[in-house]
Amino acid sequence: MRDLKRGFRNLLGALALGAATLGGGLALTTPARAAGEAIAIPDAGFSFAGFFGTFDRGAAQRGLQVYKEVCAACHGMYQLSYRNLLEIGLSEEQVRAIAATFEVRDGPNDMGEMFDRPARLSDRFRRPFANELAARAANNGAYPPDLSVMAKARPNGANYLHALLVGYVEPPPGFTVAEGMYYNAYFPGHQIAMPAILNPDQVEYADGTAATVDQMARDVTTFLAWAAEPETEQRRAMGIRIILFLIVLGGLTYAVKRKVWADVKH
Amino acid sequence: MAETMVPAGASQGAGHGSAPVGETRRDFLTLSTAAFAAVGVGAVVWPFISSMNPARDVLALASTEVDLTPIAVGQAVTVVWRGKPVFVRHRTPEEIEVARATPLSQLKDPATDQSRVQREGWLVVVGVCTHLGCVPLGQKPTDAKGDYNGWFCPCHGSHYDTSGRIRVGPAPLNLAVPDYSFTSDTQIRIG
Amino acid sequence: MAIGLHDSTIQNPVIRWVDQRLPVFTMMQKEYGSFPTPRNFNYFWNFGALAMVTLMIMIATGIFLAMNYTPHTAHAFDSVERIMRDVNYGWLIRYVHMNGASMFFIVVLVHIWRGMYYGSYKAPRELLWIFGVVIFLLMMATAFMGYVLPWGQMSFWGATVITNLFSAFPLVGEHIVTWLWGGFSVDNPTLNRFFSLHYLLPFVIAGVVFLHVAALHITGSNNPLGIDPKGPQDTLPFHPYYTAKDSVGLIVYFIVFAALVFFAPNYLGHPDNYIPANPLVTPAHIVPEWYFLPFYAILRAVPDKLGGVLLMFGSIAVLFVLPWLDTSPVRSMRFRPIAKWALYLWLVAFFVLMWAGGKPAEEPYVTISRIATAYYFAYFLVVLPLLGRLERPLSLPESIAMPVLRGGGPVMAGAAAKPMEKA
Repeated sequence: MRDLKRGFRNLLGALALGAATLGGGLALTTPARAAGEAIAIPDAGFSFAGFFGTFDRGAAQRGLQVYKEVCAACHGMYQLSYRNLLEIGLSEEQVRAIAATFEVRDGPNDMGEMFDRPARLSDRFRRPFANELAARAANNGAYPPDLSVMAKARPNGANYLHALLVGYVEPPPGFTVAEGMYYNAYFPGHQIAMPAILNPDQVEYADGTAATVDQMARDVTTFLAWAAEPETEQRRAMGIRIILFLIVLGGLTYAVKRKVWADVKH
Repeated sequence: MAETMVPAGASQGAGHGSAPVGETRRDFLTLSTAAFAAVGVGAVVWPFISSMNPARDVLALASTEVDLTPIAVGQAVTVVWRGKPVFVRHRTPEEIEVARATPLSQLKDPATDQSRVQREGWLVVVGVCTHLGCVPLGQKPTDAKGDYNGWFCPCHGSHYDTSGRIRVGPAPLNLAVPDYSFTSDTQIRIG
Repeated sequence: MAIGLHDSTIQNPVIRWVDQRLPVFTMMQKEYGSFPTPRNFNYFWNFGALAMVTLMIMIATGIFLAMNYTPHTAHAFDSVERIMRDVNYGWLIRYVHMNGASMFFIVVLVHIWRGMYYGSYKAPRELLWIFGVVIFLLMMATAFMGYVLPWGQMSFWGATVITNLFSAFPLVGEHIVTWLWGGFSVDNPTLNRFFSLHYLLPFVIAGVVFLHVAALHITGSNNPLGIDPKGPQDTLPFHPYYTAKDSVGLIVYFIVFAALVFFAPNYLGHPDNYIPANPLVTPAHIVPEWYFLPFYAILRAVPDKLGGVLLMFGSIAVLFVLPWLDTSPVRSMRFRPIAKWALYLWLVAFFVLMWAGGKPAEEPYVTISRIATAYYFAYFLVVLPLLGRLERPLSLPESIAMPVLRGGGPVMAGAAAKPMEKA
């Protein structure tokens, strides 16, 4: 038993140093990002948060509607294809219908010309502007970023996006907002070029959910979080199986080790 | 015995009768652990192999639509489907007749013309020689069409007829007919 | 050695046939089967094997990623996202590779710490240690170039900042930087060469690892007591004792690795690297990957550009001469009451630097970095050379087999008899 304890302590010691190294790494990167100006981001309590969460399909579908009807005018999601929408629980007919509402550029045709046609499943999401300069020209010099991986391109991504969308409030007294900018409580520096785009009942949800600003922000954030990491659910399910497997294998291996070492005094 | 501290059975497990119970248990334990580990290794190999299969974006492009309107009788077009050429030929009545009159006994890979087309005027075949994957000639009016007025593969001299069937040469099979359907009278979707 | 077939002892006729002509099986049996290994290893001695396994994981995942990656500024970011979304299990392979880099550094840092604590760098293992430092340097170069490949904001600006380090050298600096870039800024030629080198260097590492292991098998392993084995009573055959013990460590390691990959794959990364590279906009806080932070802190601790660069490289270079800076004949810190605490303090300085490297370059972090940097170097250049002369080490045990029971012969006989009773 003493051997067991000592071996275990040893292992723990080695692990602890590894963990300290790792923990050091973690502790450092997180505060570093927030170092400039710490704005506390409220936790929106999403279904996909935590280690075992899953995406709320209904919310993701409503979020798609918000994206399609509100965001897509300025923001692309170029990494996604329409076929990906099958993964949030829409049927093939529904996705075909959604795709067909977008015109995408194709070609050249037999005459050597580019032409527009309704999008198909295999097409990528349409880009709202031909290029960055066109986007800036249409948006007062600001560039609406692509939203494909936005949820993992910001610290605390999902909560931040939700906070940002509901964060349009009156500026505090004495705060001057520049021409063409809007005050946002959660945007770094508080001045954002995107206006408060969500208004109550801006979209009409087919499932009857009341389209409050908070609801729409939650839904579109769910959609964006899914879009950024569509593999999340598969990844977590696989992780549980693999770790359980490793724990069993680890137990067996440890038993073999004990058996092998049983006759050695140390 | 006391001259070595290396315990019995340390390096070579076999042949120590002194502790049969321990030996058996170790063997069983070691075996089951090894088996377990082997399953793990096998499971790890699969994602790597699978990653080399066609990716989802590649699979999504697996259908091609072809507008038939501009193709006059006697003409042929080549379209790309899954990175390969597909021959769409608008056959003349004579070509159809020759194809249908050919007795199956003369064919290397017997198939009736009827079984190879959905509408008799339109022959749709994958334009890849079944010998070693070259693209046969015969699409352009100036091309050599081979002895059977279909296609001729310049690589190793295979001749195909007006139904895309192999007649002479090293190719073992007829030109493959892809999955396709008429979405309207003037359009087909391949794949 | 006589010319002719090797005198193989292997029974299996097929393996024997090969072994007679190329005795790799005899060699494996000698080096990994019966290889006499000190019997008193603790779990810190797992980490060499863990590093080896991690290198193999990195090479395997890297090869499969390269099948789908496009080294072009216009396509790199998209091709990585395509791996994540469309390639079968692409997300798994990429996350293993991405977090594997962090795991590799954790394992190697612990391995280096093990060497420092137990004096594994001392004679006769100096060359073994030097190969290890070479591996560490190659790993840093490989990791840095790999981080550039996804062509996100951190990739681009990391590449810009690190390559600009070389501009600190007088006269030739600018030319070196232009040469590294293959242009006048970090751009497509840079990405292409980084990809080429990122693919090449792991195989170079594998080569140096071979030398590292070959050198190890000449001198034999060090052990927690730091004293040489005096005979067969002090050693065990590598197999099955240490294959079994390494396997236990390996599975525990895999569990930690899997937890990271499956449940927090982006935890160690920077969100900014999911923003496509933009040569016109620098992110507000650019921070290197965590494993570079201590060295980054040393760089920033020096107010002079060239001085900072030299000190940063010096912080690794000093490891090369560590075997000669530490003049004490005693290897293991267990028997060096003062040096032990000096080394613990060095570890604290290392973690402080890691912490400070992630902070903005402002007070109080700069002063803290300077103090930690000073001690980082002082440990090697002042403390160890002095302690070699001044410190009185504890008395060493006479052999590995009887670490505690120093002295009497009868005790030795008793200790020797025990395992046999059990067997």
